[in-house]
Amino acid sequence: MEQFLQQIASGLANGAIYACVALALVMIYVSTDHINFAQGEMAMFSTYISWQLMSWGVSFWIAFILAVLLSFVMGVVIERVILRPLHNAPVLSIVVVFIGLLAIFNSVAGAIWSYLIKEYPSPFPKSSFGIAGVIGPHQLGVVLVTLIVLGLLFAFFRYTPLGLAMRAAAQNPQMARLVGVRVDWMLALGWGLAAAVGAVAGIMVAHIVYLDPNMMAGILLYAFAGALVGGIGNPGGAVLGGFIVGVLENMVAFAGNQLEKATGVYIIGNGEKLTVALIIVIFVLTVRPAGIFGRVVVKRV
Amino acid sequence: MAASSKKWLWGLLAAAFLVPLLRPVLPDIVSDYRLFLVSTMMIAAIAVLGLNLLTGFNGQISLGHGAFYAVGAYTAAVLMDQANWPYWATIPAAAIVCFIVGYLFGLPALKLEGHYLALATFALALAVPQILKYKWLEGLTGGVQGIVLNKPEVPFGLPMSEDQWLYYYVLIVMVLLYWGAANMLNSRSGRAMKAIRDYAIAADTMGIDTALYKTVTFGISAAYTGIAGALSASAIAFVAPDSFNIFLSIKFLIGLVVGGIGSLAGSVVGGIFYVLVDNSAQALSTFAKNDLGLQFDLSAYTVFGILLIVLMYLMPMGIVGGVYYLVQSMRSSMRGPQAQQQAATQKQHATR
Repeated sequence: MEQFLQQIASGLANGAIYACVALALVMIYVSTDHINFAQGEMAMFSTYISWQLMSWGVSFWIAFILAVLLSFVMGVVIERVILRPLHNAPVLSIVVVFIGLLAIFNSVAGAIWSYLIKEYPSPFPKSSFGIAGVIGPHQLGVVLVTLIVLGLLFAFFRYTPLGLAMRAAAQNPQMARLVGVRVDWMLALGWGLAAAVGAVAGIMVAHIVYLDPNMMAGILLYAFAGALVGGIGNPGGAVLGGFIVGVLENMVAFAGNQLEKATGVYIIGNGEKLTVALIIVIFVLTVRPAGIFGRVVVKRV
Repeated sequence: MAASSKKWLWGLLAAAFLVPLLRPVLPDIVSDYRLFLVSTMMIAAIAVLGLNLLTGFNGQISLGHGAFYAVGAYTAAVLMDQANWPYWATIPAAAIVCFIVGYLFGLPALKLEGHYLALATFALALAVPQILKYKWLEGLTGGVQGIVLNKPEVPFGLPMSEDQWLYYYVLIVMVLLYWGAANMLNSRSGRAMKAIRDYAIAADTMGIDTALYKTVTFGISAAYTGIAGALSASAIAFVAPDSFNIFLSIKFLIGLVVGGIGSLAGSVVGGIFYVLVDNSAQALSTFAKNDLGLQFDLSAYTVFGILLIVLMYLMPMGIVGGVYYLVQSMRSSMRGPQAQQQAATQKQHATR
């Protein structure tokens, strides 16, 4: 039983990270209809920036804030410089550009910081943090930090005029423009926020998966799964979806372990995590592309 | 146009068949290493050709063709390793297996469009290395270690080196596949494929079974790329799960975009291109350090990434496609406004 609780707790910690990346994906998707394949690599790059700052002697939280701010700027610049001119380009061009960004971030990070796996510190004190036997200090910290970030974002979108303008720009760009919202800049701002949220996820997960240029590949896949489960057009759903797949991932591995112990037959375990995510992605896409909370969109032909 | 391009093609083919025979005469220029390099380029060309059939001619985006390449490579490797099949017999086997896998993946893909299909195939590409390491398959696939194979032996006691024979083997397969693809695209089915790409609803209304064509195209495309995988397994004489990562699929995409989306000849150019850049990564890196004064290594993927983005701005149809339409529009501007109009609509269709 204790093991079961542990699995759920660590599933929630993973889920918090997936939720952040999923939210970043959804923020870009709702405003531009693009799926950002480079989201994971952008987060990885931000994490390296924070690592670099720390190795120059900056303390963890300062490095965290600086890296998140820099990621915000990076997101805005990418939208303004690279994606804006391709606003009306065909889908294939957009996808190719995202893949290009992915390749650039991955290879540049590898070139600057090498492909060697690095340890990444945890900011949460070992002694006083966590609940013994259920959740570790870092995992609890991850959940708390991501919940704070998600709460701040919610408050921003719900209660500030700028958040309202951004939602308006995403929902109905033409009408928003008519009432004086600068839609172009709202999109860029959305990109910046997405990059910042991704950076939070990267920095939080780096202690668990260690720092290397390919660290986000699996996380991105789970974030996709989470976003799809919740509904890729629905930010709240995506967050919930992230938590759901995080727990599901651990439950599947746990069930596989128990099965192996009971019957001696290995079917599924930790080695199949990505395969599980792939199955979730394809299943949701074929059975209910709108996700659990998404609205079914009727297209006019 | 047609007649002159035919002449070109025959000349090129003759050269491709005759030049390697010079190996005993000019061992420095026609070396075994270079023949091997050209063989890998041709294998890459076949893989890109497969992707182009799906993405370029049928409009279904795939970021996961590395998966089919892996299936082809592993089919060939397992058959050679476990069942002692001769290397040439693995080609049809890989083609059939990949056709089935591609067809099955094409079924859910029917419901997906654009970004969603890209997402599903991207997920596939990410998960492939892990699937190959699956414990139950370990007996067949050798797990993380992979499978070590033998290079194709020279048959009939021909006076050739191994690499020379490999070159001819790959060349023959490539020519046959290219010829098959060209014929298919020129037929009723090929036109149906392109019609679906250009306007799926109109194609449907005209009585084309879009679902059937889309899934079968997925299968054929996967079979082409799978054949390339099988060839690479015998060429490199080794398969291992981690070589079939997401970056393999990205390389195919590079080949597609550089060569030309919706151009057969472009696929060959694209395949040659990505192998060239990949192979000169070391030289590239030293060039960046010594001549450009960069502080860090410039990897092939940085070049690939920048190229992908720049090409999408300048030539969204790839280099071959871009040059082709440039020539077309220059010709039509000499002919008059009506032809110009025609070229413009043609271009519009191709970019869609």
